[in-house]
Amino acid sequence: MKKLPILLTALGLAACSGFALAEADATRGAASAAVCMACHQADGSGMNIPGGESWPRLAGLDAAYISKQLHDYKSGKRSSASMMPFVNMLDDQKIADVAAYYAGLPATKGKGSESANEATLKRGQQLAERGDWSRYVVSCKSCHGPDNQGAGAVFPGIAGQHAGYIKTQLQAWKAGTRKNDTQDLMGSIARRMSDDDINAVAAWLASQSASAN
Amino acid sequence: MIRTFSYVALSGTLLFSATAAATDDTTQQYINTLTELGYPAPKANELVHIPPTMEDLENASLHPELKRVIRRGYDLFTNTQQLRGENVFNNMNCSSCHMGEGRMPFSAPVWPAAVTLPNYRGKNDHVNNLEERIAGCFTYSMNGKPPEYGSDNMLALSAYHQWLAKGVAMYPEKPIYGRGFPAPDRPAKLSYARGEAAFDENCSVCHGNDGEGLRVGNHTVFPAIWGDMSNNWGAGIVRVFTAAGFIKNNMPLGQPNSLSDQEAWDIAYYMSNQERPQDPRYTGDVKDTLEKTQERFHKHSMYGQARETDGHVLGDHNNTGEKPFLKPDSVRPRTFE
Ligand code: HEC
Ligand code: HEC
Ligand code: HEC
Ligand code: HEC
Repeated sequence: MKKLPILLTALGLAACSGFALAEADATRGAASAAVCMACHQADGSGMNIPGGESWPRLAGLDAAYISKQLHDYKSGKRSSASMMPFVNMLDDQKIADVAAYYAGLPATKGKGSESANEATLKRGQQLAERGDWSRYVVSCKSCHGPDNQGAGAVFPGIAGQHAGYIKTQLQAWKAGTRKNDTQDLMGSIARRMSDDDINAVAAWLASQSASAN
Repeated sequence: MIRTFSYVALSGTLLFSATAAATDDTTQQYINTLTELGYPAPKANELVHIPPTMEDLENASLHPELKRVIRRGYDLFTNTQQLRGENVFNNMNCSSCHMGEGRMPFSAPVWPAAVTLPNYRGKNDHVNNLEERIAGCFTYSMNGKPPEYGSDNMLALSAYHQWLAKGVAMYPEKPIYGRGFPAPDRPAKLSYARGEAAFDENCSVCHGNDGEGLRVGNHTVFPAIWGDMSNNWGAGIVRVFTAAGFIKNNMPLGQPNSLSDQEAWDIAYYMSNQERPQDPRYTGDVKDTLEKTQERFHKHSMYGQARETDGHVLGDHNNTGEKPFLKPDSVRPRTFE
């Protein structure tokens, strides 16, 4: 009895949230993504740029997660000078289309772990898989899912993302400059992490595979 | 400063650092972290124990074979789903409720069982040992069938519990800091409607709109808090005060002590009014079962009561969830005669 109305509400929400104007179309999305390639690359792999602003890998991320981020940039809930001009070119339909396009591309490899030493990677793995409860840093996988490859639409895959990007995002949460996460779930964890731990977990995650196959 | 040192002096179980001064620092840091997270500081007479970690195990001077067995116990505790269909018939791991690998205070750390048992337990009215206590959580919280007493898996789990208790004297006389899921004071009124709204706002992003949680492949990411894939009606967490204590001290994940006492209790009340698999002690009739178990257990739960929103009598069904039987053999009286 209880399930039915809830299911209907969920459908209703999806229908009026503006993502579903027409069905998302990856082919149309590819056309809109032409302007994105300069940074996110033709295969959606992005680029790890040590010492500079890294471009995140988009290939294989969850479509609903991508479109949430684009809406957040547009509305100002998430800010990035690099992204702003490009996101402004996209209406709701185009957002749905590019999200479908990037979600459908095969995930590429994360970069930026190459110079990390063994102790750093070991610490990173511990944080990612088991956490550090002595500082109440809950393991990343308890939200980001098995092997940190993502769980549902809310918790994006972070394995196989570039170390430089992971690092800046965690630092942004720590500094309070990224705060578009539901219920401050990510911020609460990031604020408890030291710079060394952020570097360690970023390196380890970058060395991992983004998808099961 | 003086006050804090007295905790250390009284704790008596902090043996992991080479020097006493380092131990004091470690304990103080441990307590500081907890109080910054909103947990109460230990009272002057409480026993504070920092359970060793798996890294400590690698460095400990134990037989390599024992280390291997403790690692297996750890693995079973944190990935109990590997026993799905054999001993576990829902989506839980032991660590779904005993957070931080069974080490976190205020999240029913499991090591106290290793130093306080064998002892009399009111729930089943006889003397239980550690294996029987573990069996209890399999029977009710995992809606399952415990591994055989003395089996490899049971021994490995016990070894892990005992390892966590390393250095604590048997049968401690002092109360244990952070044992169980201590509940905040019960507010005057609990509200189903407020609980439902607070659940939707704070919990459903992970546990789903209908408490079903989330699985990815064969892994539980977010456990089910009610319904067929959750614990059954005999589990400790169906007591409203236990649920309120769990929630206040541990949820939302990563944000302990962030809800008000009223919110924690309202959500606990809402959650306690949802269905779940039958209590293994079911006699075939919910009123009769309630009569037999009320005194020792169900006086604190909603079992057998009519839900205020629709009159549904909670627990009035034969549903055992995924488990193809009602009661494992381990649920039996002991008389020592
Ligand atoms: C000038 C380089 C540049 C261009 C062109 C660009 N982006 Fe980005 N993009 C970035 C950077 C840098 C970030 C990370 C910004 C931050 O820190 O928030 C980013 C972040 C994103 C994110 C968030 C990813 C995540 O994992 O949260 C999405 C989605 C995205 N871009 C999509 C696009 C799309 C679609 C286009 C084309 C319409 C585009 N970008 C064009 C540089 C660019
Ligand atoms: C309590 C849940 C939770 C935990 C634990 C958690 N995260 Fe997150 N994380 C989130 C949420 C929610 C988001 C998505 C935020 C959004 O919607 O913009 C996120 C996003 C991220 C992102 C940005 C991804 C992107 O593509 O932009 C990174 C990087 C990240 N998390 C890293 C980590 C690391 C590393 C850990 C472990 C140390 C961790 N997270 C633990 C909830 C969590
Ligand atoms: C659904 C939640 C839940 C799950 C899952 C669960 N437990 Fe428990 N466990 C409890 C509750 C509730 C208590 C009682 C806490 C109290 O004293 O109030 C408890 C108590 C214990 C204790 C006694 C602790 C003490 O202070 O003496 C041990 C040992 C234990 N559990 C082991 C396990 C093991 C092993 C597993 C997995 C097979 C497990 N539990 C799974 C909820 C759970
Ligand atoms: C960010 C995700 C997240 C949020 C939000 C969250 N939980 Fe949890 N919850 C978890 C995870 C993960 C576990 C299992 C613990 C573990 O694996 O470390 C859990 C365990 C539980 C359990 C014990 C196991 C079970 O299934 O019965 C209960 C009860 C619970 N949560 C209730 C709540 C309530 C009530 C709220 C809202 C106040 C809430 N949770 C919010 C992720 C979450």
